[in-house]
Amino acid sequence: MLKTIANKEVDVNEEGYLTNKGDWNEDIAKEIAKELGINDLTEKHWAVIKWLRDQDAGGTHLSIRQVGSSGLVDIKEFYALFPGGPLKNASKIAGIMKPMSCL
Amino acid sequence: MEQISSRKKILILGAGTAGTMIANKLANHRTKYGLDITLVDQASEHYYQPGFLFIPFGVYGREDVVKRRSDFIPRGVTYIQNSIEKIDTTKKEIVLHIGEVLPYDILIIATGAQVAPEQIPNLIGDRWRKNMHEFYTFEGANALYNTLKDWPGGKLVIHISEMPIKCPVAPLEFSFLADDFFKKKNMRDKVEITYVTPLSGAFTKPEASRVLGGMLSERNIKLVPDFSISEVDAKENIIRSYDEKTVPFDLLVTIPPNMGDALIARSGLGDELNFIPTDKNTLQATGHENIFVIGDATNIPASKAGSVAHFEAEILEENILSFLEGKPLSAKFDGHANCYVESGDGKALLVDFGYDIEPVEGTFPLPFIGPFSLLKPTVINHLGKLAFRYIYWNVLMRGLSIPFVGPGVPLAGKKIKK
Repeated sequence: MLKTIANKEVDVNEEGYLTNKGDWNEDIAKEIAKELGINDLTEKHWAVIKWLRDQDAGGTHLSIRQVGSSGLVDIKEFYALFPGGPLKNASKIAGIMKPMSCL
Repeated sequence: MEQISSRKKILILGAGTAGTMIANKLANHRTKYGLDITLVDQASEHYYQPGFLFIPFGVYGREDVVKRRSDFIPRGVTYIQNSIEKIDTTKKEIVLHIGEVLPYDILIIATGAQVAPEQIPNLIGDRWRKNMHEFYTFEGANALYNTLKDWPGGKLVIHISEMPIKCPVAPLEFSFLADDFFKKKNMRDKVEITYVTPLSGAFTKPEASRVLGGMLSERNIKLVPDFSISEVDAKENIIRSYDEKTVPFDLLVTIPPNMGDALIARSGLGDELNFIPTDKNTLQATGHENIFVIGDATNIPASKAGSVAHFEAEILEENILSFLEGKPLSAKFDGHANCYVESGDGKALLVDFGYDIEPVEGTFPLPFIGPFSLLKPTVINHLGKLAFRYIYWNVLMRGLSIPFVGPGVPLAGKKIKK
């Protein structure tokens, strides 16, 4: 379905994840982050977001454990940056699909 | 087709569910394709892992779930019982613990997944297998049986550490069976059951999550979602999450992280959980055209379950033959999983799904026996689950197919939403 995020009309799935990775930009990331209660994306947030997008582009199935061993943040920091479900929230902000590692 | 002149060495690592099935299937093609098939495994016993779920409640005992691995090795396949030191993909050989080297033309890795309780801080200590348990090993399931037998009641916490896990429905089944077990002992009022999961609901797939979540609340089982464990506090009897949530327990039944075999890490072939990057359709190992992976050892986004290994075996058999003939790998696995979910009270549900097909309500077409009801607890589904143990030992482990059940997800009978 179509949704307007940061003045851009983009296609999202029923859970609000961008279906087309090419639609993503930093303004969209900021607005999705706000919807998730993260009002300010710090440098650390952006580093994780960028890393997730790179990993995703390389075809990796992402997991929390992988983020923890990325060298960017440990798992505790990851939770602090993206409270609740860090991987699913960070993935949504990064404009990639919800991780498949779940089942 | 014409005979392939030089003999090909096929080496299969792991004689569990997946390895035994593919060995039996390939054994049928030995003569036609000139195959020398060798199967290597370190253990002498073959466990019927779906049976572990029933051991804590005293339903199954040793004789139901343990047989000798060598009983299922087909004629003409060489069986070596030894542990493996390393896979050397450059030299195309494996090194056994005793130092012997086995070369291969085609390698099939079926080394499975194991629980890794040591990954959770403070889980293994004085209280391990006393009031902190797992039921994914034969030893663990038996220890839990001994604890449950005369447990006076209190807070029972059923907990999943992280995904993926083998048989992702097993912890739910354990919860339903525990509810039933305590009801039958007339002590359900003395037990508070909590289900703690890193997922956002009872299950990942939305439709099944809704149904199974409803079944938890019907049984007065509390659901704690989005809980990612950082440690156990064995003194205070609590589990703690990374974001400082806590859940107290008197009896903890945890599903520790599941990891691929340490051999995979030693050989530099796995991801951070020792699972092998594998093409989710062809089952070929990423970057190695003569290596294939089957069963729990892969990193594909399908359930780690015996039914998946069974459907994969049919695809892999076809692709190995294509590979031997120098043809493209045309058989594609669609992620098909088919799981009975015990719901207690002599009933079970059936879920049937794949990469792109969600578990939904409807019926599963199985002529003569079925249809089984999908996503709905019925007695016939429970009987199907119990009958499956017979099918496992006598049909699947012999490399035979279940009549009328092909490897792909059947769409007939499913109520699929557009």
